Amino acid sequence: MGTIVELTGVNKLYGTNHVVKDLNITVEEGEFLTLLGSSGCGKTTTLRMIAGFEEPTTGSIKVEGESIEEKEPFERNVNTVFQTYALFPHKTIFNNIAYGLKMKKVPKAEIKERVLEMMEMVQLSGFENRYPSQLSGGQKQRVAIARALINRPRVLLLDEPLGALDLKLRKQMQLELKRLQKKLNITFIYVTHDQEEALTMSDRIAIMHDGVVDQLASPTEIYEHPATRFVATFIGETNVYDGCITSITDGIATVTLENGAVRVKCDSSFSILEYATVSVRPEKMRFETKPQDGFELIAIVKDYVYVGSVLKCIVSLPNGNELKIERLAGQELPPIGSVIYPYWAPEDGVLIHNDSYKIFKALDEIKLA
Amino acid sequence: MSKISKHEFKSNTMPAIVTVGPVAVLLVFLVVVPLILVAVMSFCQTDEYYNVVHKFTAENYRKLVSADYLKIYGQSLLIAFFTTVLCVLIGYPFSYVIARTKSKKKKLLYMLVIIPFWTNSLIRIYGWRSFLGNTGWLNSILMSLHIIDEPISFLYKTGTTVLGMVYCFIPFMVLPLYTAIEKLDGSLLEASSDLGAKPIRTLFEVIIPLTASGIFSGCIMVFIPCLGYFFVSNILGGGNTDMIGNLIERQFKSANNWPLGAALSIILILVTLLLVKCYQKAGGDMDNLGV
Repeated sequence: MGTIVELTGVNKLYGTNHVVKDLNITVEEGEFLTLLGSSGCGKTTTLRMIAGFEEPTTGSIKVEGESIEEKEPFERNVNTVFQTYALFPHKTIFNNIAYGLKMKKVPKAEIKERVLEMMEMVQLSGFENRYPSQLSGGQKQRVAIARALINRPRVLLLDEPLGALDLKLRKQMQLELKRLQKKLNITFIYVTHDQEEALTMSDRIAIMHDGVVDQLASPTEIYEHPATRFVATFIGETNVYDGCITSITDGIATVTLENGAVRVKCDSSFSILEYATVSVRPEKMRFETKPQDGFELIAIVKDYVYVGSVLKCIVSLPNGNELKIERLAGQELPPIGSVIYPYWAPEDGVLIHNDSYKIFKALDEIKLA
Repeated sequence: MSKISKHEFKSNTMPAIVTVGPVAVLLVFLVVVPLILVAVMSFCQTDEYYNVVHKFTAENYRKLVSADYLKIYGQSLLIAFFTTVLCVLIGYPFSYVIARTKSKKKKLLYMLVIIPFWTNSLIRIYGWRSFLGNTGWLNSILMSLHIIDEPISFLYKTGTTVLGMVYCFIPFMVLPLYTAIEKLDGSLLEASSDLGAKPIRTLFEVIIPLTASGIFSGCIMVFIPCLGYFFVSNILGGGNTDMIGNLIERQFKSANNWPLGAALSIILILVTLLLVKCYQKAGGDMDNLGV
């Protein structure tokens, strides 16, 4: 196992529109890496640069250690599964899947054997002579995947391949894709805006935001230790509090918020008087009816929402911000409108550097100068 | 119940009569009746002063299968064929560029085809004549550059007729091609390249098969009117390259043999219908021909 795809300092500009900003990503061999982000974050552009449909404005892209920026798409040993499938409407399913092998001038007998084998693998046997227009969305998707995989690419690029399918089919295809990826041991670079899809399928996720990778880590790491405020709010539900670190003792920081001080675990990268954000997942939040040591938060219960086995409490802070607190259903609860004291175990919260802190710091430096 | 359906019947048919009626009347009087008259005339005789005599004869058609006429049909088909082939060869790359370009010049390029289309083709063909003539621009330039010593006679050659035809008919080729190529999904081209196809393979495997309907309707749009065009071969071919259109024109004017001209017209119509039928049989879309 080694590095298979390496993006170094990749920038992409359309005119003055900076779509991808100084991107550095390394993809390990056999890995399932997802580029996750909302639309317009540059994830598809990144994928298209690896495929060769777009040229990076600056920076280098290496596949298997070899620079490929200068290579045309047909010279690259990567294949793409398109969001719109892009099946050739005038060719049968067999000929669609055989296309790549035909271009490589593989002998006819071998093409036939490999296509039929591939069709069996994606459960499309018997569809050889049909045309793409005669297939359902899910079947078209399988053809698109088979057509790319049959070339045995070192890297398979998938651009929101399941975006057009309904929920049930999408879930099924997610598992199938994962199974294929493990079976064939091909590196997958997968683009999606669906965070659940990313969390279930990926070995690692790169969260992109405004052309920048905010965090590149395993799904667990991203969920438990978001690196930026954006990542914390983008993945799953969370409560975020912006404040200023007023003291640090024994790796526990006291952060003073608009609504009072709270305590959270912190590492050595934080310093006193730094602006920071605290993120606490709803399932880690607790509350009592009497004040808690080290926490000055006070809130009013606004509503309870039952979500199956858990109960979501919506509470309101004095400044109007709402918090979500999850509790197991069946517990005794204070009535709506009563005053409660939210808190959490300091190690359950995550302290995140706040970008605006840098602005304040820069302003301070200007003042000092 | 019956009252309602009666009411519906009325409300549905009245507008149809109002809207389709006048068109139908126009078509009957301006197309159907004249066509019948032409067909009837093609079986009429003439007296010694070439006045039409309403007596049945098949003589006109018999004349039209003589060797002289067959030679001209062959020549017409050949000129129309070369015109069509040249229109495809010139029109396809051009249409491809204007259809696929993303730049703002797209409209400008498109207008380059459309604007000559709006100008009277007779004037444009006379333009070519004065450009190519012995004392025309081309010869003057070549002579003043001392490339040639005496004027080359470009006019009155079959090639010149084809040139004029191509010039007249290229918009009819470019427009359907443009429509077909613009409809082509760009991701298919990317997919083809992604799967290892060099541009030339993509052209033959994906682009041409998927725009075949455009090529096909363009060819029909060029080939059929080309057969009946007479003034291009008149002006640029100078009578050396007669086509069916010239024969028809001559029978109705200088030769004053209307029944023979009518028979020729009927033959041309039949050839046209046959070609359109072939087009339809081959899966061509009639909408693309504007009919």
